[in-house]
Amino acid sequence: MVGVPLWWRTTETYRAWLPVSQINELANMQLQLSADVEVVFARGTVTPEQQKKVPLTQTQDEEHTVDGDLIFKAWDHRFESPCGSLVVYVIPESSSLLPEDMDVYIGQRRTALLRIGAQMRVGRTVEQLLAHLEPRIKQVLQVMSFSHTDITAALSDRVRLSPGNKESIADSMRAFKSSPGYEITFSLLNPDPKSHRLHWDIEGAVQTYIQPLLTKLAPVANFSLDSQTLYYAMLGVNPRFDSSSSAYTLNSDSLAHVINPVEARLGSNAASSNPVLNFLLYVPDAHHSPLYIHDNKKQEVPSNAFHSPRWGGIMVYNVNGFYRPEAVLPVDININMAKVMGVFLAQLRLLLGVQSSTAPPGFLMAPCGSTGLADWELDRLMWSRSVENVATATTTITSLAQLLDQIGNIVINDNIAEQVSSAVTSLQLAVAELEAGNLGFALQYSKEAIMASERAFFDPSLLHLLYFPDDQKFAIYIPLFLPMCVPILLSLLKIVSEARQKRREKQAKKD
Amino acid sequence: MKILTFFSLFSTFLSANSINVEENAGQFFSSGHTNNWAVLVCTSRFWFNYRHVANTLSVYRSVKRLGIPDSHIVLMLADDMACNHRNPKPATVFSHKNMELNVYGDDVEVDYRGYEVTVENFLRVLTGRLPPSTPRSKRLLSDDRSNILIYLTGHGGNGFLKFQDSEEISNVELADAFEQMWQKRRYNELLFIIDTCQGASMYERFYSPNLMALASSQVGEDSLSHQPDLAIGVHLMDRYTFYLLEFLEDIHPASKANMKDLFKVCPKSQCVSTPGHRTDLFLRDPGSALITDFFGSVRKVEITMETINLTDLIKEAEQKNIHTTANLQFPPLHLSSFLPYLTPYPQKPKQKDWHPPDGFILGLWTLILLVFFKTYGIKHLKHIF
Repeated sequence: MVGVPLWWRTTETYRAWLPVSQINELANMQLQLSADVEVVFARGTVTPEQQKKVPLTQTQDEEHTVDGDLIFKAWDHRFESPCGSLVVYVIPESSSLLPEDMDVYIGQRRTALLRIGAQMRVGRTVEQLLAHLEPRIKQVLQVMSFSHTDITAALSDRVRLSPGNKESIADSMRAFKSSPGYEITFSLLNPDPKSHRLHWDIEGAVQTYIQPLLTKLAPVANFSLDSQTLYYAMLGVNPRFDSSSSAYTLNSDSLAHVINPVEARLGSNAASSNPVLNFLLYVPDAHHSPLYIHDNKKQEVPSNAFHSPRWGGIMVYNVNGFYRPEAVLPVDININMAKVMGVFLAQLRLLLGVQSSTAPPGFLMAPCGSTGLADWELDRLMWSRSVENVATATTTITSLAQLLDQIGNIVINDNIAEQVSSAVTSLQLAVAELEAGNLGFALQYSKEAIMASERAFFDPSLLHLLYFPDDQKFAIYIPLFLPMCVPILLSLLKIVSEARQKRREKQAKKD
Repeated sequence: MKILTFFSLFSTFLSANSINVEENAGQFFSSGHTNNWAVLVCTSRFWFNYRHVANTLSVYRSVKRLGIPDSHIVLMLADDMACNHRNPKPATVFSHKNMELNVYGDDVEVDYRGYEVTVENFLRVLTGRLPPSTPRSKRLLSDDRSNILIYLTGHGGNGFLKFQDSEEISNVELADAFEQMWQKRRYNELLFIIDTCQGASMYERFYSPNLMALASSQVGEDSLSHQPDLAIGVHLMDRYTFYLLEFLEDIHPASKANMKDLFKVCPKSQCVSTPGHRTDLFLRDPGSALITDFFGSVRKVEITMETINLTDLIKEAEQKNIHTTANLQFPPLHLSSFLPYLTPYPQKPKQKDWHPPDGFILGLWTLILLVFFKTYGIKHLKHIF
């Protein structure tokens, strides 16, 4: 009587309470993303009477339009749009700001110029004007903020996309997954130190060219940078001599085999488990200069560089033009870091997931400026990162809850329960912020959610008593308890039969 | 051309894209992975299990030769044969008699050695639950685009594999570990090879998608060793891995051999046991999976088409007069609304069974009952029944 509960308590495993109902809710949650867009009508697009009729606040979704009240807002000149919002300026058709065949110009800082169509000249109503503008503004938004395919790609953690859109799959394979930090390593490969003494001002170049981009990306992730020089590091393939251009060539098929032999010699930071991006600058040796990369059509590649998805990039830098053949070896060569960093920056953008999708026809994009990243590109990255983080954190938490539920023997410590609760709270906050359109906060909360969920899932203590098969339980308990139980059971039976007999006797006495 | 063979798989999806995108993207769809990892485990210690270490080292050697770097290989050897006191040729581990091939090589990097090879460490490596102080070389840092090769060898039985002569890992634990890897998307595709007695029992319980498994023998069969070397005094390799090594020596990084060739390695005539394989959980056709998708590390490359001109500055023109504000909101995205046109992975339900205690337990019961009634006397039976 006393033994059974005592035995139960002492063999119980400690399991702290987990917010299971909230976790189940998370699995069915709805993601709502909203972006603020300001539409500015330039002079000449809207007549004064129509101005008054245009509804000033309009909320639109895919199914139906809802006209709000006429709320007049004071005219406001904004230079700096907050994160996640856009300003679209509608200019008249005859305007000369845009070249003839271009309808939309996308600027660097979250602004776009939209040329109003030819058919919207005179005699059109406000409704027609809005109906004409709406799909075009939506198209601008899809380029500048996020589109349906972007979000489904970001959610691909839950379910893998069926191969519908090749380009988006290639994009999703190329970019690194969202991670709290990245390590970037720049390596200079000099296979021929006897001929070339290479000098590269990597610190200065990183400060001038790369650091602004990384500072701009600071809300997305932390970056740590290293650089190194490797001597006598050859490429794994032999380039072929092409007599027509009197240069050595590497064709695209052999590029795949270049990376592996080099990778064995690249070091990495042993202390962190962050993904590593490697950027290699290869200066061919004097006997194999100049070296050009050819693409599938045997055309020379202007950048002379290639990159590998989720790994990094390699650029070949030819130096034979810098010295005369009869010069005294070794020659001192200063590498033009602006050119090199231009290529590496482009590769870095691709690898970090700044999509380089081709613009729709009629769109003119501004070049991305000195930081290497336009504001709206940053927004795009932040949108997809937030959604990806929310999806990953949700998957982690729900699968952790499922796992802990299924295996009743795992010990759940208090710190794990704490991490899980904080992950759930952060997730709920992140979803709320996404709905409200506060992109910065949404990203921050989603990062917190993902860190807490990863810490909970990968806690080393969750491995004990993973599997305790039933037949082993039998084999342990039966030899202990069966001999004890048999006399107890027999005596119980005896008590019952005696009681029954007594009752029968009483009955007999009564009658 | 290489790209054309991959196109035949996706002939149904040829849409009007530009040729550049198709050519670049064509390389990607053959396998969907961007990096390769290998976890090679030898679970037995003692000198007479030399062949298990030689097995693992020969797979290690092939995998390195085909391109996977040491940073992506987790090698676990339960005992040190090369520097064992009984090794007549120290610092070597041979795979063929007459000492033809030294699989120990010059630059072997063992990540878990000796007593560090335990069931717990193995499961920790697979699931990623390592203490924060673990260095990078001891971790399996795979992501959702990694193809992983897992090779286990040692002594095994029906449903278990023995580690270090003192503990065992069961097939249910292994299946659960793979499921946890799948939940965290720690692999894109996984190839599981096991060379032990009754090896096929180890992959019976798998239920996560994208797993392909090969074993050297079926349930009830023993995997046999290949040949002893008289100078070293022990059997050098197991048959299955010996023929596997012979097969892999013919593979080079650009080879197009596929998994169907791997299934033919070591038929019953050579192996005496019947090798088995399991592909029902693998979503691609095994004939389209290349050997180098798992054993090698063929990188996908893209030519960098655009560069950034770092010396220009941009100016933009803005014109403002009157403005209105509009708020555009996108519809809520319900995750389940993706299901109609996104194909979720078919997941087999996990096998749960309870079987009544078998012969041993029943015999134990009878014995105890008999002893009880012997000591207390048969007359008690009357009082009960």
